[in-house]
Formats: sequence, structure tokens, C-alpha cells
Amino acid sequence: MDAFNVLFVDDEVEFLDTLLKRMKKRNVNVSGVKSGEEAIKFVDQDPVDVVVLDVRMPGMDGIETLRLLKKRDPLIEVIMLTGHANVEVAVEGMELGAFDYLMKPMDIDELLYKLQDAYKKKSIQEEKIKNMEAMMAQGR
Amino acid sequence: MKMEPDKTQQYYRLLVRMIVILMVCISIIPLVSIGGVTIYHFSRSLKKSVVTHLETIVNEHKINIDTFLNEKLANMQALADSCTIEQLLDNSFLRARLDVFQERYGEFVDLGVVDDTGHQRAYAGLFKLEDAMYSDADWFKKAMMKEFFISDVFLGLRGLPHFIIAIKVRDGDGRFWILRSTIDIEKFTSLVEDVSIGKTGHAFILNRNGHFQTKPRFKKQELSFLSPISGMVVPKTGVSIIENKGEKGNKTIYAISGLKDGEWILVCQQDSADAFSSLYQARRLVVFISFITFVSVMVISFFLARRLVGRMETAYLERAKMHDQVIEAGKLASIGELAAGIAHEVNNPVAIMVEEAGWMEDLLEEDEVIKSDNRDEFQRALTQIKAQGTRCKQITHKLLSFARKTDSKLSDLQLNDLIKEVVGLSQRTARYSNTKIDTDLDIEIPPITASPSEVQQVLLNLINNSIDAVGKDGGMVMVTTRTDGDYVVVDVSDTGCGIPEAQVQRIFDPFFTTKPVGQGTGLGLSICYGIIDRMGGRISVNSAVGKGTTFHVRFPVHTREKESVKMG
Repeated sequence: MDAFNVLFVDDEVEFLDTLLKRMKKRNVNVSGVKSGEEAIKFVDQDPVDVVVLDVRMPGMDGIETLRLLKKRDPLIEVIMLTGHANVEVAVEGMELGAFDYLMKPMDIDELLYKLQDAYKKKSIQEEKIKNMEAMMAQGR
Repeated sequence: MKMEPDKTQQYYRLLVRMIVILMVCISIIPLVSIGGVTIYHFSRSLKKSVVTHLETIVNEHKINIDTFLNEKLANMQALADSCTIEQLLDNSFLRARLDVFQERYGEFVDLGVVDDTGHQRAYAGLFKLEDAMYSDADWFKKAMMKEFFISDVFLGLRGLPHFIIAIKVRDGDGRFWILRSTIDIEKFTSLVEDVSIGKTGHAFILNRNGHFQTKPRFKKQELSFLSPISGMVVPKTGVSIIENKGEKGNKTIYAISGLKDGEWILVCQQDSADAFSSLYQARRLVVFISFITFVSVMVISFFLARRLVGRMETAYLERAKMHDQVIEAGKLASIGELAAGIAHEVNNPVAIMVEEAGWMEDLLEEDEVIKSDNRDEFQRALTQIKAQGTRCKQITHKLLSFARKTDSKLSDLQLNDLIKEVVGLSQRTARYSNTKIDTDLDIEIPPITASPSEVQQVLLNLINNSIDAVGKDGGMVMVTTRTDGDYVVVDVSDTGCGIPEAQVQRIFDPFFTTKPVGQGTGLGLSICYGIIDRMGGRISVNSAVGKGTTFHVRFPVHTREKESVKMG
């Protein structure tokens, strides 16, 4: 599988650090930021394929961040992390275009699968767009 | 808030008593006052009329008797004036005058002429009384001192009761003669004896010494008659009325009047009981009616008060029950909030711990890190930490869903379909414990407005509980639906172990569980309670140990829209 870039957004530094270490150990290209604002900034500078977003954060919350991210780059896939079974928030996130949601504490492998699925979906979409662009170029 | 049962009972008894007393007072006081005033005025007017009646009779008879006596005296006077002593001393002349008197008036028994020494010189009459000596007789002495004299009734020389009218006559020589006549006592007595008032009223005449001058209707001891009237001033004219204890000890009314210038007393007496018999009768009637009224008022007010207080008691109990329910709901809500707060705070550290344990696991997999005998133990310990972390997660997630305030989206829901779905889900679990799940669904129940996921959660929870209650021995779980007024009722019953009575009250409390540690959080039923309560429904339980348990869930057909909007 291709290497893809993942951005973790979570205000709990301890949680974030350990998760990053574990992901790196699994050969995933990961970066971490502590707030929604930082996430937006990060995405502007570096290309990111999948964002893992905590819903409950001080300042800009998960839903708001999701909305801004999707506005900047609709192809970015987002996985929501919720602190508890707040189904309403999860549903709202899904409606805004999130790929999936997980509840903390989550299983590392489950998260990994979801990341891969999200990336796969993104690649397929990019492929489609490329093809269509090619067709359009040919048509021209 | 709750009163001791004893005290409550005492309070209600006191209340009944108070109401009865109040009602009796309210109805009896006017009754008694009206009755009292009526009787008072009635008795006053009746007494007045009785007294007036007696007065009239006495007056009438006094006049009659006085007239009678005066008439006799006048007859004698006329005789004395019209004849000379010489004529009168002639026995045959005297006899002729007596015959005229007897023929005309009848009452004269004899006539006699007595000289100033008391020697009867001439006599006409039935008895042989010529030459009788009256010098020692009381009447003679008195007659000599006055112009005329009427004696008391006495047994004279002949031993017969009579009285004497004597007139002093002076002849030409200046000698005094007494013209006397005996008057028929029978005739005189009948004047008084005929008086009869009621049953006991009668009249008689006494002299100043208390001797009867007439034959009383009833045989009486002489002299005892003066005592009841002894204190009275005997009026020479007019009538005095007195009510006093009579000779037999019973109350008696006396009407008295003086005769013969107060020498004789005309007494007319009647027992009070007889005189006032109509009064007493009326009084008895009033007392009787009052008593009947009192008793009926007592009885009616007692039953009324009992009913009233009974209603109050029920109302109070209902209110207390409702109060308990409100408290229970409030308790659950506040516990829920507390739990939610704790869950939130606990969840993040738990997540970090699980992550750290995962990281350590990752590190262990690198061969070169640790190659000791304890490696397996490390592995096991980390797995355990992760497993317990997952358990914590489940608990916090359940807690949070219990305390969740936002309602899921509401939709019209056909309960029967949902039940079929849930039963299908539970069928697999049930097979493990040889439990059969049956449904008896009323196809006519109306759809309810509710959140499908919440209702599903409730039903799943109840059915799973039932399956757990049945245990491994197998049994039946029955789910039925029916309509009850504005509610759709779902009954989930099982043939399981039942719930002891002591625990029934606590099963909806958060964290209350009978399952072994680690297998139940004690939140399932309290979550159900919270969900149903928010919907405006009710959840209740009937259970018998060893026979089984039935949960009744009442879903309102019309959910309280306002509340769900507010909550959302």
C-alpha cells in the first residue's frame, strides 16, 4: 500500500504523543496538532490525505474544523474520534462528509483499518477525477 | 414528609371527631335554641292561662259563697226585723216561718230563739231542742258580742256537722235575744265540691285553724293543709296564687281567697303535672324530636366525616406516592448528571492509559527489548490493562447514554415491527439458554411517536434481562402489546427467578445490579427508566420470586412534543 499522510488533531497531548508513536511504528506517515486552528494551518502547508479529528476540543471544535477542512479540500477524508457515544454529533459529522467515527479508547488495529479504507476511498476518487479530467482533455 | 402510620391514623380519627362535633354543634345549637325559646314562651303563656283560669274559678266561687252567706244572713235579718220577740217565741209561729224558709230557700234546717243566758226558749225543726242550753257554746259567746255571727262548721249537740247563723235582737225591755238558724251543710258544701278542674283540680274551704269547712273530694289529713299556704297573706278580696309542694310532695298550684272577712279560706288546688299536662306533653315531644334529630345528625355527620376523611386520605396517599415518584425521577436525573460528569472526566485518562498500554505492547514485540522469562507476564498484564480499559469504556459509554439529554430524532413508530426486530436479535442469545421468546401482538395498536433507537434500547434491555432471569434452565419469555387508553402497553414477562420484594424498589436505581461483578453495570434499567420517563411514559414491574417477572412499559401515543423540542 502507498504511503499516505495522516494528521491527528487532539487537545490531549499525552494521548496524541502515544498515538503518534504507535502509528509511526506501524509505518504510517503521521503528524499531530493540538487544535482545530493548527490543523487548518497545517493542511494549508503540507498535503494531508486523512485527518483524525477529536470532536471535543477547546476553541474550534471537531465539527467546525471538519467543515472548514472540507471547504478547503473536499477530497480530504476525516475520521471523527468521540469521547463517548454521542451519536448525534457523529451523525452530524457524517452528514458533513466525515468518512467514519470511532469511540475513545479505540483499538489501534481498527483505527489502522479505517485509515486505510479512508485512504483507499480517497485514492479511488482522485483516480476518477484524473480519468474524467483526461477524458475532458481528450474531448477538447 | 411521611407521617408515621399510627400518627396518621390518629390524625384522621381526630379529624373525623372534629368534623362530627362541628356538624353536630352547627345543627343542634339552632335546634336547641329554637326549641328552648318556643318552650319558654309556650310554658309562660300556658301557665298564665292556667293561673287565670284558677283565679276566675276561685273568684266566681268566692262571690257565690259570699252571696250565699249574705243571703242567709239577710233572710234572718228580715225575719228578725219583721217580727217581735213575742211572736218568735211562739213555737207554732216559728214553725210557720221555718216552713216558708224551707219552701223558698231550702237550706234552713231549724230556727231557734235563745235568751241572753243561753237558754233556747223557742225552737222549730227536726230535732227536739226546746230548752237546750247554749250558754257554754262558743258561737253563743261570740254572737253575744256582735250584731250577727256565722259560726265555723262544727259538730253541734246533735253530732252533725253544721254551722249556725245567729242574729242579736233587742226587745222592748232592752233584753238581748239571739235568733239562730242551722244551715244545711250539704247544700253549702256542694257549692264548693262541684268545682272540678282537670283530673286533680278541686276546691275546699278551711277555717283559720286549718279545719275543713267543706267535705274535701279526697280524704285528707286535716291541718296538713295549712302548711303549703301558711306563708301566704290571705286576701280579703281578690285571689293569691302560689305554687308549692303539696301534701303528697308533688308540685301543686294553690289559688286562695278569703271568705267571711278572712275567717275562712277558699282554696282551689290542682297538681302542676295535671295543670300543665299539655305543656309537659309538648315538652316531651320537643325533647323526643330533639333527641331523634341529635342521633340522626350524629350518625349522618359521622358517616359524612368518615367519607370525607377517607377521600382526603386517598388524596394524600396519592399525592405522597406522586411526590415519591417525583423525588425518584429527580434523584435519577441528578445521579445521571453526576455520572455523566464523571464519565467525561474518566474517559480521557482511560483512553490515554489504554493507548500507553498498547504502546508498551508494540514495544514488547521488538525482539531486542526484553528477553526475560517475564515477557509473557508483561504481555498478559498489558492485555489485561487493555481489557479493563475497554470495560471502563463500556461503563462510561453507558453512563453517558443514560445521562444524554438530547433526544434522538422522533418518528412515527410501529411498535410491533420494532418488537419483531428486537426479538429476532435476541433469539440467538435465547437459544443458548434454552429460552423460547414468544410474542402476542395486538395488530390494532396505534403508532407511537418516539425515537426508534431509544425504544429499541429499552426493549432489548428488557428482553435481555428476561433471558438472564430465566437462566440456563430454560423457560419462556413473552412479549405482548395492547392498547390502554392513550397508551400503548408492552408487557415483557418471563418464567424466571423473580425479584425479591426488597429489591423491586431499587431495580431502577443506577448501579443497582444483582448480576455478578463485571457482568452488569446496573445501568440498563435506569437507562430504560430515563428514556421512558422522558417520553412521558411509565415503566413498572410485577414480580414473584420463583414464578417470574413482568415489566409493563406504557408508551404514550402522543409524545410530549414540547419537551422533546426543549431537550433537543
